[in-house]
Order: sequence, then structure tokens, then C-alpha cells
Amino acid sequence: MRNGRCGIGPLDIRDVDRLSIQIGGQVRDYDETTHFNRQQIALYDRFTQFTLLAARQAIAQAGLVFAGDLADQSGVILGTSGGGLNTQDENYRVVYEEGKNRVHPFIVPKLMNNAAVSQVSMEFNLRGPSFTVATACASSNHAMGQAFNMVRSGMAKVMVTGGSESMLCFGGIKAWEGLRVMSRDACRPFSATRNGMVQGEGAGVFVFEDYYHAKARGAHILCEVAGFAMSSDASDIVMPSKQGAARAIAGALKDAKVNPDQIGYINAHGTGTAANDKTECAAVADVFGAHADKLMISSTKSMHGHLIGGTGAVELLACLMALCEGVIAPTIGYEESDPECALDVVPNEARDADVDVVLSNAFAFGGLNAVIALRKM
Amino acid sequence: MTTQDQVIAILAEQAMLETSDVALDNSLDDLGIDSMSLVESIFAIEEAFDITVPFNANNPSESAFDISTVASIVVAVDKLKAERA
Repeated sequence: MRNGRCGIGPLDIRDVDRLSIQIGGQVRDYDETTHFNRQQIALYDRFTQFTLLAARQAIAQAGLVFAGDLADQSGVILGTSGGGLNTQDENYRVVYEEGKNRVHPFIVPKLMNNAAVSQVSMEFNLRGPSFTVATACASSNHAMGQAFNMVRSGMAKVMVTGGSESMLCFGGIKAWEGLRVMSRDACRPFSATRNGMVQGEGAGVFVFEDYYHAKARGAHILCEVAGFAMSSDASDIVMPSKQGAARAIAGALKDAKVNPDQIGYINAHGTGTAANDKTECAAVADVFGAHADKLMISSTKSMHGHLIGGTGAVELLACLMALCEGVIAPTIGYEESDPECALDVVPNEARDADVDVVLSNAFAFGGLNAVIALRKM
Repeated sequence: MTTQDQVIAILAEQAMLETSDVALDNSLDDLGIDSMSLVESIFAIEEAFDITVPFNANNPSESAFDISTVASIVVAVDKLKAERA
């Protein structure tokens, strides 16, 4: 993201020639057998595999081992929209296309949306509150918001949270194709030349820990989760609402007890569709007033694509880069300004900037919005 | 059924109107067809005529498929049918 590298390219999946959308942010050169054994692969869909790999990195970096009381007071909340969609796709083929009458015995525990949460819980002995959140494109932000509130309220000491998605299979792309909102060539958020979204896949996992608990064990704290808010548009199943988005953004500021002018960077939902980008910019302008022209707002979906239920988690990485390293990830593929998206979208090149508080927006189909605020430590 | 009759039948069904209430010079707005119904109509047209309509909901007015009136849709469908043949 720092280098503005685009991870979107031609899809390498079965029957891609029957798709009209043939690009995506696909995880390449991935060999599941280097990470998992045969028994695990029989139980781990691709979305679970991505989740476990990210969770292993996050928990290793946090330096936590879950045992005794800490294990009982720590849980896992993750977002996903499609869950084990690859497993569904493959096995519907087996019974419908190939006409077989028998499927592998573990299809259900492999495809269920909570499979990733349960496998993380088992691998790391996380025995407290654990569940999966599915709110389409806001799933990860909603999940992280729940994890945050559990730690804040004292329900949990540590929460492993974030989300993942892997829908880059024939059925997963075909369904999105039908909506006619996908781009055939690139994701160009906020650019006047944008022509739709591009799907991605992957996972992002974080460790949210009670401040005093982290402090007492001398943990290296990356940043503070400062606030969270959610709202529902209650208006349309696909068209976004400026008011709904604005209420979630303003709510996150209020929850974090920060003034609008303290926000230096927003990681936008920025899908690259005509409707989202102009609505999101209008909502930001409404909430921030004159400060909207001073803050930076970028959409990293231009590089990793839209990870749907996993997107907020991967995008939180851009927020961490902003706070911890002072680097604002760019919106790449930006070609031409759009008067309806007249904000500083950090076009094409990353920028060095010192920011104290950042937001990450997620606005889902179904009108469900979730915004997280992070603060520098 | 002619192309025109079929297109009118599809649009009428989407708009929940009688086919007799759909005129060639009506726009989709006139018929009360919103963006969701439009995407469904395009799908129904593709299925009915076995054609692929170049349509992106991000910029409906800029696509090569002219959706400004019922008549323009009929012309565009005939063109795509001819190209397929």
C-alpha cells in the first residue's frame, strides 16, 4: 500500500472464460499445503485458511499465550460475508454438474460462516465470547466494533478480531456480475472515470487488548481503538444514504470524544462505484464542514480490491500505517477529478503525514454502516 | 411476438403496468422503472433474446445501449440481435 502497488489482475479460477468480469485482487502463488496438513485442509475453506494465517501473525506479534483465566476471558469475533463460498461452489458442482450423489463428510463444518472463528478459537485456546458477524461489506468493522466494546466494557480482556473473505470463485463472481456494478478493467475510487468495483480476497486479524492488561505485561501497543459507531440507513437494500453514513461517522467521533478537526485521515469505504463514492464524500463534507478539505481520505480498494466481509479488517492496516509510520496510503488509478468527490483523496502516491486520529469507514449493502476511530499512542 | 411486443411485455411486468399502458415514447422514468428494476429488465431482455447487453449501472446513460425511451430500447435490442446472427 505504501508503494501504491496494485494487486488487481486477471483472475486465475475455473471457468473464468464464462465470466464477463475477469479481474480481481486474488491471493497469488498460494499453496495451502505449505501451511496446513491434509486433515486441516479437509476442514479449512480458503477463507478459514487466510484467517488462521493472519491470526497466527497477529497473536505472535502481540506475544500472547492464552491459558487459565486469560483464555476464559478472551474470545474471537470476525467478519465475513460469504464464509465458505468456495466450498459451496465446488460441492454444488459435484452434485449438480457432475451428478454425483455423495459429498465429502466435512462440507458443513468447512463452509459455515463461523468456521474461521471456531478454528482460531481452537488453535489459540480462546474460550470466551466468540462469534461471526455478517453484515456484507461492513462485517469486519461491525466485528471489530463488537470486540472493542467487549474489551471496553470488561466482558473480555483480549479479543482477536478482524475478518476475511474468499469469494473469488465462479459462483461468487457470477452473482456480483449480475448487479452490473463491477468494473471490467480497474477500481478507480473517486475518479470521474470510475466504472465500478473489483473484488478481492484475504484476511486481516488484530489483537484488541485491555489497556492496563497490555501495559502491565509491557506489550508493544500499536494504537488505541478510540471509538466506534454504527447506524442503519433504513432506506434501500443497495443504494447508500448520505444521512446514514454521516450518522455513523459523527457517532464514531462522539464515541471517541474527538472533535472533527482532530481527524487527519479517513480510510474510505471508496468502492469505486458511482453511487458509493459521491455519497461518501457528501457525508464526509456534511460531518466535517470546512475541515473536510483539510483531511486526507483514500480508498485502498484501488489496490487490494473489495474484500466484502473482510474489507474493513484489511483496510485497518492502512490506518495503522498512517498512525504508526506516518504514511498515508494512496488512492491509485486516479485519473480525473470528479466535482462530486472534491476531497483530498491522496491520488496515486503515498504521502508522509503526521496524523493523531484516523477513521475507517464501512457502508454495507442493506444500509448497515460501521465506523471505527483509532488514535496514536 | 415482435421485438417491440416482447420488450414492452418485459418493461410492463417490471413496472407492474398493463402492456397497453406502455407507449414507445415513454422513458423508464415515465414508467416508474428505478435502477433496480432497470437491472432486472436488462437481465430479462438478455434472457428473452439470448443477447448480451453492454450495461454498467455505474454509468447507465454512457453505455452503448440506449435506454432513453422504450423505442430506443427496441432499436438497441434489434441491433444486438442482428449482431448475434
